[in-house]
Amino acid sequence: MGAIEAPDLSYAALAPLLFVFGAACVGVLVEAFTPRSVRHPVQVTIALVGTIGAFVATLLLAGTEEVTAAGALAVDGPALFLQGTIAILGALSVLLFSERALDPARSAFVAAAAVPAGSVRDRELATSERVQTEVYPLATFAIGGMMLFTAANDLLLMFVALEVLSLPLYLLSGLARRRRLLSQEAAVKYFLLGAFASAFFLYGLALVYGATGSVRLSDVRVAVVTEGGSALMVIGLGLLVVGLMFKASVAPFHSWTPDVYQGAPTAVTAFMAAATKVAAFGAVLRLLYVAFGTADWTWRPLVYALAIASMVVGAVLGLTQTDVKRMLAYSSIAHAGFLLTGVIGLGPDGTGYGLAATMFYLVTYGLTTLGAFGLLTLVRDGDGEATHLSQWAGLAQRSPLVAALMSFFLLALAGIPLTSGFTGKFAVFRAAIEAGAWPLVVTALVASAIAAFFYLRVVVLMYFSDPAPDGPTVGVPGLPTTIVLAVTAAATLVLGVLPGAVLELAESAAVFVG
Amino acid sequence: MTITNYLVLAAILFTIGAVGVLVRRNAIVVFMCIELMLNSVNLTLITFARSTGTVEGQVIALFVMVVAAAEVVIGLAIIMSIYRTRRSASVDDVNLLKY
Repeated sequence: MGAIEAPDLSYAALAPLLFVFGAACVGVLVEAFTPRSVRHPVQVTIALVGTIGAFVATLLLAGTEEVTAAGALAVDGPALFLQGTIAILGALSVLLFSERALDPARSAFVAAAAVPAGSVRDRELATSERVQTEVYPLATFAIGGMMLFTAANDLLLMFVALEVLSLPLYLLSGLARRRRLLSQEAAVKYFLLGAFASAFFLYGLALVYGATGSVRLSDVRVAVVTEGGSALMVIGLGLLVVGLMFKASVAPFHSWTPDVYQGAPTAVTAFMAAATKVAAFGAVLRLLYVAFGTADWTWRPLVYALAIASMVVGAVLGLTQTDVKRMLAYSSIAHAGFLLTGVIGLGPDGTGYGLAATMFYLVTYGLTTLGAFGLLTLVRDGDGEATHLSQWAGLAQRSPLVAALMSFFLLALAGIPLTSGFTGKFAVFRAAIEAGAWPLVVTALVASAIAAFFYLRVVVLMYFSDPAPDGPTVGVPGLPTTIVLAVTAAATLVLGVLPGAVLELAESAAVFVG
Repeated sequence: MTITNYLVLAAILFTIGAVGVLVRRNAIVVFMCIELMLNSVNLTLITFARSTGTVEGQVIALFVMVVAAAEVVIGLAIIMSIYRTRRSASVDDVNLLKY
């Protein structure tokens, strides 16, 4: 037996990942070696340097197409495009995490997570200005996992990345300072269901390995072409899709979404709703396209059904919600369905407009959702954020600016022209029609119309109702949240009016290698 | 013994685990059922490694064990924190979030 050869690693192509994981490791060390008083600014700076550095690295790498790390990582157009999207969404989320002006206790995160909720010590800490800085390394690890997820060219690496992004998110969703029981409950639910879904992913991996003898996506593709699809492989693919669709909160694997989105701290919800969706769809596209692109009869009916289920469940159940966070959770389920419409638009063998359209939709959806959740952190009552729909009545009289901005984000989520939501929807629907899936597009249009009702209901409530006498107050955000709201609102407008540049970028990036 | 026997055993274990997750009420037991599912996957992987004559399956099984260990740390921490507040690890009791 010969000596084991070290795999070739192209460090230049890995730069975005190295930036983020480097920042996360430094963050862990800072947590151990820096005095508490300076930790918060230091941690925020490190997390921002890591994510923005990764974003710049993806820009510099644009046009790279190579497979590295012994074939396990594919650095190509879609990977870099989505990594850049995740990095920028991650940087904005870190800014939301670092907001200190809104909560009287100066942070949205619990001071000491290990103290039982409701105990004497917990009540003491609830009003103290001590802040939890572990959230920044945790978030940075999650961002790194997401970026790895979109570039994984190997089912094993995909699984590892799935866990690297999930485990920090389970913890983050349990760290709210207020309503701690809800937050802990969200963490338990997310954890148990998330681990359940990853077990399915793993079983699918094992079956595909058994059917094809490899977990490398390119080898799976070769095996699919030469041997055709065996029953074992199709079942394996189905289980892999279940695991991924869970992360993307596609119905019928969505049951965790409303609970976790409602219970988690709002900044974390914003991060999960925006960045996790991008990462999960990046992996879905790569798996279906690189490994099973030549045998699309295996997945197309499945994805078709999931898209319809997700749009209908998201739009119809969204109507019945009375909590703004839960309503946005159902909106995210409906949007997962619209994204799957774009996935259906993937043509055979690299043709078709579906890949570029889906990637563009992910950018528009991610930025708008981040903005909408960011805005939720401003409207507060004595017990934290006021998310009940009735508390939003007449908000326009209290704060015209917040009401106008929220209306704008909601109209974008509904897909009204001159917002990014419209251009995104137009792109994915066009892709699906070009692929001949017009029944799907008709369903999507009906679902959009139903969903528009519950978005507009909030707008009507804010403008045409009288404010409640003991209604919520609208906080004045500090610099971080202001930056996030300005960037997301500007992006929502610009991508709606002048989407050309980003659309072209998405189209030129829409080529997989591997 | 043929290879199929091992695969069937693994599939049965996986099903027991999945059904356990759905019907058991104690968060710790639910978690143990998930671990059972992961271990049945390991058995499947090693069987396939043998039948296809590659070592990848064995290596993946090692990865799965490491990830499962990391998951245990996070999972027990979360379950502990909620147990210390509520004095219960039943998943029926975590019912504040609904509709």
